[in-house]
Amino acid sequence: MKYIDEFRDGEVARGIARRIGEEAQPGRTYNLMEFCGGHTHAISRYGIKDLLPANVNMIHGPGCPVCVLPIGRIDNAIQLASDNKAIVCTYADTMRVPASGGLSLMKAKARGADIRMIYSAVDALRIAQENPAREVVFFAIGFETTTPPTAIVIRQAKALGLKNFTVFCNHVLTPSAITHILESPEVRELGTVPLDGFIGPAHVSTVIGSQPYEYFAEEYQRPVVIAGFEPLDVMQAILMLVRQLNDGRAEVENEFTRAVTREGNEKAKSLVAEVFELRKSFEWRGLGEVPYSALRIKDAYADFDAERRFGITYRSVADNKACECGAILRGVKKPTDCKVFGTVCTPENPIGSCMVSSEGACAAHYTYGRFKDVKIKAAESPPAGVARSAAIPTEVR
Amino acid sequence: MSTVKADYIRPVDFRNGRVDMTHGGGGRAMAQLIDELFAASFANEWLAQGNDGAVVQAPAGRLVIATDSHVVSPLFFPGGDIGCLSVHGTLNDVAMNGARPLYLAASFILEEGFPLADLKRIVESMAAASRDAGVPIVTGDTKVVEQGKGDGVFITTTGFGVVPPGVEISGNRARPGDAILVSGSIGDHGVAIMSLRENLSFETTIESDTAALHGLVAAMIEAVPTIRCLRDPTRGGLGTTLNEFARQSNVGMLIREAAIPVKPQVNAACEFLGLDPLYVANEGKLIAICPQQDAGRLLDVMRAHPRGADAAIIGEVVDDPHRFVQMETAFGGRRVVDWLTGEQLPRIC
Amino acid sequence: MCLAIPARIVEVLPNEECVVDVGGVRKRISLELVTGVVAGDYVIVHVGYALQRLDPDEAARTLALFAEAGAANDGASAEAA
Repeated sequence: MKYIDEFRDGEVARGIARRIGEEAQPGRTYNLMEFCGGHTHAISRYGIKDLLPANVNMIHGPGCPVCVLPIGRIDNAIQLASDNKAIVCTYADTMRVPASGGLSLMKAKARGADIRMIYSAVDALRIAQENPAREVVFFAIGFETTTPPTAIVIRQAKALGLKNFTVFCNHVLTPSAITHILESPEVRELGTVPLDGFIGPAHVSTVIGSQPYEYFAEEYQRPVVIAGFEPLDVMQAILMLVRQLNDGRAEVENEFTRAVTREGNEKAKSLVAEVFELRKSFEWRGLGEVPYSALRIKDAYADFDAERRFGITYRSVADNKACECGAILRGVKKPTDCKVFGTVCTPENPIGSCMVSSEGACAAHYTYGRFKDVKIKAAESPPAGVARSAAIPTEVR
Repeated sequence: MSTVKADYIRPVDFRNGRVDMTHGGGGRAMAQLIDELFAASFANEWLAQGNDGAVVQAPAGRLVIATDSHVVSPLFFPGGDIGCLSVHGTLNDVAMNGARPLYLAASFILEEGFPLADLKRIVESMAAASRDAGVPIVTGDTKVVEQGKGDGVFITTTGFGVVPPGVEISGNRARPGDAILVSGSIGDHGVAIMSLRENLSFETTIESDTAALHGLVAAMIEAVPTIRCLRDPTRGGLGTTLNEFARQSNVGMLIREAAIPVKPQVNAACEFLGLDPLYVANEGKLIAICPQQDAGRLLDVMRAHPRGADAAIIGEVVDDPHRFVQMETAFGGRRVVDWLTGEQLPRIC
Repeated sequence: MCLAIPARIVEVLPNEECVVDVGGVRKRISLELVTGVVAGDYVIVHVGYALQRLDPDEAARTLALFAEAGAANDGASAEAA
């Protein structure tokens, strides 16, 4: 597959890895956050950590819109189907996210709620046209990559004069999230999460361009390198960050030049601006209330706003006490720091959203990386006199 | 005036007719359907007798019994349908024990309103699959449920076979050092099905790989009687089956991504949907584990057979108390191939 | 972050749609978010929409950068010291 395979070449990867190894200064640590869930997934799936020197740490950021969706919003979506009897159309990613009362969209569906998985926003529109007697709600989630398609279907719904179609808008914004992480108490005061640089999201940047990141680089003096989605892109971006840090630079660089320009996609941006406006504040799971970080539907399109049509009231629901998703999403803790990781909380029975989405830090680690934890345990010498097989835990689950 | 034969019975209308409750009622309508469709298509001495069960000579040796229910949706897909799928699936389950399949039984749950034309197509497909395999469908059952209580048709098949003496094949026999082989490209069936599922559409030449593998298995066992494990990676795909073996045998595994055959379009379809081919269902492939020294010979035998033309050695069994299935990625790193969680859902993010 | 893949436009259709091809698999997607693309162009596709045209020159340049980064490492180590 063109523009995919060439960017996954293992041989080239080893070359870049060698370079990173040479240029990363010994005695210095490089703490890099990859913001985007797709990058988290790529790093895990291709075993990129194996290729990095020990002093380059990758910290997983909150760039997975499923992971940051608060429980209360999922409860609202379930209510729309169960109580308001609407057909709720959703991307597959949200189906298994645990909500209140032991429910999820998937479980609610099993109990008879009409919840349908769709691949594209336009499918929701089609379902609305095919079911004129039913209310149809599109559960819209996603960062700036996924927002333009929602804008398009809302405009189409208006043009078609649809009376039974609304959107439950949960679109969130990347730059706000990055700012919030940089301003979180841990970073500013306690220095618990030393963050030296960022790998900027790939496809969000195709839409918003590289320009919005110039603010952080300037204000917080951290380099940002926008990277493509493939493993070689990620490795090259890591090399570029290491170089910037070595040089003492804090600039926005673009590794993903084949799809990202400084301005991004003007057409998509203006479509979004026509339909949506900023919310003053929005709760992010794990980050709390984040100002100017999410979108809502403008008055001109109020007829297509599910929150207005159904009078949805949002109730914030706290995470399970044992769940460390909040800390993990900020990069303060690692999956293995969570007491319930791999035992009570598994992809089969997720407690928090980091485990549900395959791009959540916990799911990615569980699925691809946890065998490495075991090796570390096995490296510790067993107590004298204890047979080797007894010293090694039989299950890491 | 035209003469009507004295014993004329109006034949079942397979063109425009639909299943109704009488077809499952045990009365004349049901008998006629069985006669004109099932018995006529499956055509063998047992069904011709018209009894409720089949009397067969008990075969000498160890008997293998396997059963499978088939609920695939859509019923017709590129490369096959629920009919031939149900025949192949059970034949394969029998064969994966090292057995030669001898007989099949088939029961149908039909939904009221299901078009008889479609039922005929399905039954004829089963008949063809049974004939090609040389394994007769000797008995069966038909029930009808009210409209809305079934998905058109559900089929359950049960197969009986005999394991030749000296053959010991079981999922708990893998040993560190053994070779792991796959009989061909993975992911074909699941992608063929996804291509028709509601809300996802492709124009692709991927067809389901549904096929009977007992001939291939017989050839493999004859050449390499030391085969330890055989299984067809159906739901959950290659990844799940390897984890099953690992758990049963209390071993680990190490496979190489670059060695696993995957058709380019299957790869592309999986990219589109965010699926991992390792977990996509197969209906005409098998995984074999054998002692390392016999791997080369086994590979040759598989490749010489039409159902194993793309066979490959994909890795080894290793000693690992944690029973991880690890994979060397084409990229050069290592990752775990874990159990499939839930059902694979296409991702956006 | 969001699952998006590069795909080749094989046919531009009316109503701002097109058929794309990825490794032999074809799908109909929307062109409403891009302008000026023609058959033969590559676009990044996300949830049924083309998000941006892929620049082949930039792609080639990026691949060259990778190769350069991985090329003979003598001389580069001076920087790291």
